[in-house]
Amino acid sequence: MTELPTNKAPSIIRRSSPLKLIAENLTIDRGGRRVFQDLSFTLESGTALVVTGANGIGKSSLLRTLAGLVSLAGGAMHVEGGEDDRPLAEYAHYFGHQNAVKPALTALENLVFWQSFIASVRIDAFAGAAVPPEEALATLGIGHTAQLPAGYLSAGQTRRLALARLLVTPRPVWLMDEPTSALDTASEAQLLGLMNDHLGSGGMIVTATHTELALSNTRVLHLRAAEPVRTLTEELDA
Amino acid sequence: MAIWDYANPTRFLRLVQIVLPWLTGLCVLAFAAGLYMSFFVAPDDYQQGDTVRIMYIHVPAAWLSMMCYSIMAVSSLGTLVWKHPLADVSAKCAAPIGAAFTFMALVTGSLWGKPMWGTYWVWDARLTSVLVLLIMYLGLMTLWRTMEDPIKAGKAAAILTLVGALNLPVIKFSVDWWNTLHQPASVIRMDGPTIHPDILWPLLVMAVAFTLLFFVLHLMAMRNEILRRRVRAMRLRAASAAQPGTAAATAQPAE
Amino acid sequence: MSSWGVALFNRDLRLSVRIGGSALVGVLFFLAVVTVIPFGVGPDLNLLARIGPAILWIGALLATLLGLDRLFQADREDGTLDLMLMAGRPLELVVLIKCLAHWVATGLPLVVAAPLLGIFLNLDPVAMGAVTLTLLVGTPALTLIGAIGAALTVSLRRGGLLLAVLVIPLAIPVLIFGVSAADAAIHDPVPFLTPFLILTALSLIAAVVGPVAAAMALRFSAD
Repeated sequence: MTELPTNKAPSIIRRSSPLKLIAENLTIDRGGRRVFQDLSFTLESGTALVVTGANGIGKSSLLRTLAGLVSLAGGAMHVEGGEDDRPLAEYAHYFGHQNAVKPALTALENLVFWQSFIASVRIDAFAGAAVPPEEALATLGIGHTAQLPAGYLSAGQTRRLALARLLVTPRPVWLMDEPTSALDTASEAQLLGLMNDHLGSGGMIVTATHTELALSNTRVLHLRAAEPVRTLTEELDA
Repeated sequence: MAIWDYANPTRFLRLVQIVLPWLTGLCVLAFAAGLYMSFFVAPDDYQQGDTVRIMYIHVPAAWLSMMCYSIMAVSSLGTLVWKHPLADVSAKCAAPIGAAFTFMALVTGSLWGKPMWGTYWVWDARLTSVLVLLIMYLGLMTLWRTMEDPIKAGKAAAILTLVGALNLPVIKFSVDWWNTLHQPASVIRMDGPTIHPDILWPLLVMAVAFTLLFFVLHLMAMRNEILRRRVRAMRLRAASAAQPGTAAATAQPAE
Repeated sequence: MSSWGVALFNRDLRLSVRIGGSALVGVLFFLAVVTVIPFGVGPDLNLLARIGPAILWIGALLATLLGLDRLFQADREDGTLDLMLMAGRPLELVVLIKCLAHWVATGLPLVVAAPLLGIFLNLDPVAMGAVTLTLLVGTPALTLIGAIGAALTVSLRRGGLLLAVLVIPLAIPVLIFGVSAADAAIHDPVPFLTPFLILTALSLIAAVVGPVAAAMALRFSAD
């Protein structure tokens, strides 16, 4: 916040320093109910944070909070090592339960729209590059559907089309809520490959999942109910 | 529970407890004086006779209908800008009261108009503006009712209230324009500096009485709304206690 | 306009053209309303000519309101709205562009159909031109004001009726000056330009207030 913008030496050094996602004392209320309180963690470049916990514990809420879709009742979150004053949500891709695919548009049209609509993040610390839409579809094994209306795609194909969105616009943080749902074993392996590539190029992943994911560099954030009503939080150590 | 356990509403409830009896007493006194003055002190109109006494209800009601909306607009600013926890309670509780006053202004206006115009309703500029205001009140109340979460509903209603507040002068202006276009103004004007003190005093006392009535009703409604939200919060807590875990998060390292 | 804006505009336009021809439904509804009114008031051509501009305006208002409930709801239901909120684009501009695309797909066809429907209402050429011109200037205001209602009711399953109730009081000035301007052109009690310029001003105000209020409502609805 106190840095002077651009062409000053400290700023340039800071920019090439590794990315870090910092969440401090996150507290959220939804529908008049406290979901969690004082949740803090730090996530470094190239690391995945796997959020586990029972149903209804607030995994999805946590991801939506990080995506800026749920307003914070307290706490702060930001990305260190990126551009100043850019909210976390604009560094992040949100891959939720909904696919945001329009059945009336072709697969390619869907993807091309998202590529031009979502602002990409270009910073030194993140090596992810924009994949051309056709190539992204081919990578995910749905290249043959490019000119078909997305309404004709199967559930798994639609899910992969939604996933292609993450490839065509580079953003360092992937927020993935149950990413393996509606995917078969082969696609799941492919998804894991993509996620590992993303981590390899300096990206970060926060994912909520019930299944074990074989990711290269993971840490686990386990959400569980506190016994008393007042809550305790431990800092996640490295 | 999030906000509702904390100082503000609690302190507010205590304040209401102290202020309300006094305010109610004042209101009753003002009404006694105002009604006495308007029925026994104020003179008959040389043309309208006793009918003119409707004015002592109609004018304060019309005034309150506007004041209510202003209070809602300020409360909406409180919700959106200052994020004050009581602001949307205030706005929500003012809406039905405002709608009631607006309705009263419409009914008394058309009753008053019957002997003058020979019909209960004319599309007079002021009556029409008040009718539009009533529709806006009712729309806001419906919006509040259809949204389950009071906080979300409060925000949505605040946006609509403010847009309405911006729009009300435009509506007033356009209805006046429309009215002069279709029928030249022929209604008697009650405002203006020429009003006789014999009429003015009862009118002012009644206006004070109505304003006090508004505050009494508003404070009572706000108290009820706060209690209603506490009940809702307690029920939610009871529901979430039954299923495993919602309250806290702990983090543990792995690998 | 920047490329993302063009992409959004094209996408929305393409969607409204491809999905069930919503433009066509709006025009059909407009036709139905205009057809039904002579059954109500009687086939007196002089009367119809006199109230013709008002009928066309009310028909346009209703047809516009009819299509508005899906403006943001469709995007909310499939998760598109969430991504739009995170895209790093100014949401007010996003709303404005969506409104523009929606107007081109549903409002513009109404304007084009108005002269044809004017024939049924015994409007003379001047009146027809005046009504069409006022609709061209005024219907964007209806869409933009309606966007506020659409954003407020975006999370409600059956928000269409409520949307109309919320929006109609706000749309009254547009209706008044639209009809006044059209009437002024026909049997000038006042000059045409005065109400017409006020109507233009209302559209411009709506272009500011509508997107700002709708964007605020959409941000709250994501919660």
